[in-house]
Amino acid sequence: MTDVPANRRANPHDIRDRGLSETPEQRTSYLRAGHTLRSWFLTTDHKRIALLYLVAVTFFFFVGGIAAALIRIDLLTPEGDLLSNEGYNRAFTLHGVIMVWFFLIPSIPNTFGNFLIPLMIGAKDLAFPRLNLLSWYIYVIGGLCTLFVLVAGGVDTGWTFYTPLSSMFAHGQVVMAATAVFIVGFSSILTGLNFIVTIHKLRCPGMTWGRLPLFVWSHYATSLILVLATPVLSITLALIAAERLFGLGVFDPKLGGDPLLYQHLFWFYSHPAVYIMVLPGLGVVSELVTAAARKRVFGYWFVAGSSLAIAAVGFLVWGHHMFVAGQSMYAGAVFSFLSLVVAVPSAVKVYNWTATLYKGQIAIDPPFLFAASFIGLFVFGGLTGLVLAMLAVDTHVHDTYFVVAHFHYIMVGGTVSAYFGALHFWWPKMFGRTYPMVWGRIMALLIYLGFNLTFFPQFILGYLGMPRRYHVYPPEWQVWNVLSSTGASILGVAYVLPFVYLLWSLRYGPPAPANPWGAAGLEWTVPSPPPKENFAETPVVDCPAYDYPLEMEEGEMKEGARG
Amino acid sequence: MVDQPYSTAPQQREAATMGMFVFLGTEIMLFGGMFAVALGLRLTHPREFVDASLQLHVWIGAINTAVLLTSSAAVALAVHAVRAHQYRATSVLFVIAALLGVVFLGIKAFEYATEYREGLLLPPVGVQRLFMDLYLLSTGLHALHVIVGAGLLAGVAAFAPRRATLVENTGLFWHLVDSIWVFLYPVLYLAR
Amino acid sequence: MEQARKRLAIVWLALMVLLALTVAGSFTVTGAASAVVSFGVAAAKVVLIFWFFMQLRTEKGLIRVFAVGAIAWLAILLTMLTIDNVTR
Repeated sequence: MTDVPANRRANPHDIRDRGLSETPEQRTSYLRAGHTLRSWFLTTDHKRIALLYLVAVTFFFFVGGIAAALIRIDLLTPEGDLLSNEGYNRAFTLHGVIMVWFFLIPSIPNTFGNFLIPLMIGAKDLAFPRLNLLSWYIYVIGGLCTLFVLVAGGVDTGWTFYTPLSSMFAHGQVVMAATAVFIVGFSSILTGLNFIVTIHKLRCPGMTWGRLPLFVWSHYATSLILVLATPVLSITLALIAAERLFGLGVFDPKLGGDPLLYQHLFWFYSHPAVYIMVLPGLGVVSELVTAAARKRVFGYWFVAGSSLAIAAVGFLVWGHHMFVAGQSMYAGAVFSFLSLVVAVPSAVKVYNWTATLYKGQIAIDPPFLFAASFIGLFVFGGLTGLVLAMLAVDTHVHDTYFVVAHFHYIMVGGTVSAYFGALHFWWPKMFGRTYPMVWGRIMALLIYLGFNLTFFPQFILGYLGMPRRYHVYPPEWQVWNVLSSTGASILGVAYVLPFVYLLWSLRYGPPAPANPWGAAGLEWTVPSPPPKENFAETPVVDCPAYDYPLEMEEGEMKEGARG
Repeated sequence: MVDQPYSTAPQQREAATMGMFVFLGTEIMLFGGMFAVALGLRLTHPREFVDASLQLHVWIGAINTAVLLTSSAAVALAVHAVRAHQYRATSVLFVIAALLGVVFLGIKAFEYATEYREGLLLPPVGVQRLFMDLYLLSTGLHALHVIVGAGLLAGVAAFAPRRATLVENTGLFWHLVDSIWVFLYPVLYLAR
Repeated sequence: MEQARKRLAIVWLALMVLLALTVAGSFTVTGAASAVVSFGVAAAKVVLIFWFFMQLRTEKGLIRVFAVGAIAWLAILLTMLTIDNVTR
């Protein structure tokens, strides 16, 4: 057996170390501060809670993914032959409910936000550590309720729970599903509350608002949406449950109720909810771009302000989901205009990222590839959002696959790319190990190609008129559906890959130094993985954010270890 | 007395107060959904909405409003007392406020019973049914908050009247419960 | 302290007067004006509760912003809902 080279040994001086033991940093890190189940399940350490969430959201990602697989397999043929009509309805409902509330909304904030925000602002923990743990338990309880729904017959109303179908006519576990989402809503609200107070109150000396990483700004904006929008969803779901359980009708058309009232209430939350899903990803990409280019972000205040602008304007556009539902034309015109306006701050971010990359020393590492994937897919999805914002065009493509493709470009092409980018960027920090870069690059490429193959044909299908939530379609559309399902299988492979090489790295990967990417930010000043209390002494910040040298001299070597 | 991750006591106190105000904001949005339903109903069926509102007992609602406003005053006095280190007064005032909350609930129960006897509670059809369902749901949700609030007041009075931040923040919650009723009353009872 | 207690007593009295006003208004004023009266009075009561009882009088600006933030946000929902209903 050959010796393991020194740079791959956990303990470089021990020639017999086969690279399997822990590094000294890991031994004194938060990972080893307490060995019992109790120290994990009753932890108040934000880093451990982040890992609890990581496991939970990964689990739900795969459950939602299985639902997606069922959908795409059924759609391989024009007949509805894999699932019954009822079964297909349940599949897309569960796919939506699980992906939206149990994966996309918590994915970046509750894993990376929880782990990184205190580190990035120089704090020892979040403002309310026990509330943080409570948030996780509430999430788990909501998740268990959803799993119960899964086995007890499902729900077929779509993740949007439109009345009067959901309140009066649907069979299935509507009340339990509404309860599950109601419960997990509290997890969201408490997380947002925690982040807001943390960012206001726990910044270390010298960490002014103008020196905060953009990741923190975008999570602040996300938290504002979380606390203001989610309660409206809670009350709306409670009203549906009350109607089903007690016959108390507020949306019942027979009594004079207005079904559109439900849609106003639901979308008042759910449109800002999509910004909850994408803003953290936008924050991640800001970090990945500036680190990859080793260059200060261009237009820091514009990017920070654009996060707040997206959060604010995002509350003003919900009626664009109701253009053909019976809303007044004047309200429709107002919402259409505002929906065009909301694209502006997102575009501002993209311009600033591009300007950041310009003349930067770009390293083609996995985080950068995921960021690039995000930018390409997000821009494309965002442009199609502008198409949908046009009232006249939307009357043609509303409730078709055009809409489905649009939001998957943002949610999956965008947020999921950002999620994996964050995972590949901060993995060494979180676990103290580096992974083989080549596999990360392969995954990023597979995601980009598989994603486009899956969802681009859906734009064509939508334009041709294929309605969403149908599993029976005219045979001439089969070719596009087959392309889409093929792409989905590539995506499936890509999503399974990290399990192999990331988990491999936990044991066999070379130990990570404190700053493997040579990036700026307080989280890179602590060991990888960080000790339980984060900082031995409270940091004092005296330089701006992203304090890279402005210009690289010709032939100057990059500082910091790479890869 | 500073807990992790705070470095000074004022920082911790300010964080707790800020957290409570953010939480109150979420409660406003929660009840806001109910107010939106009321607004929607009022806009689509103005005539029937007013007719249904006239059936409610304005005076019972007014008495209940006075009860809650007085309990809020008691809580405000309690907060002043805790800042002046008068812990007995804090405790007593919180208990008074909680008892007034129970009085509110008692009057509400009496009101529901009266409405039931008058056949008002579950009219068979029409906008009046929608209105009464909204009335039940919103006053019911509010009553739930009164129960929780009264419980918190009593608990703090019994076990922690010296902890100034806890006293203040519990008081803030109670004031919000009161404020919500201040708006529920005209929305439901005083539509003309 | 006496001054503080006196202030709270005056606020309580003002709240009772406002309550009487709004009840009287419900018997005398009708239509759009009645909505103005009853919601105006309710807003005045809540302002008093927030400013004096909830100590916003002595809190920092940021807390005051948080206190009214949700109300402003709720106004968005209520306004757009009204625009839709009224123009249908």
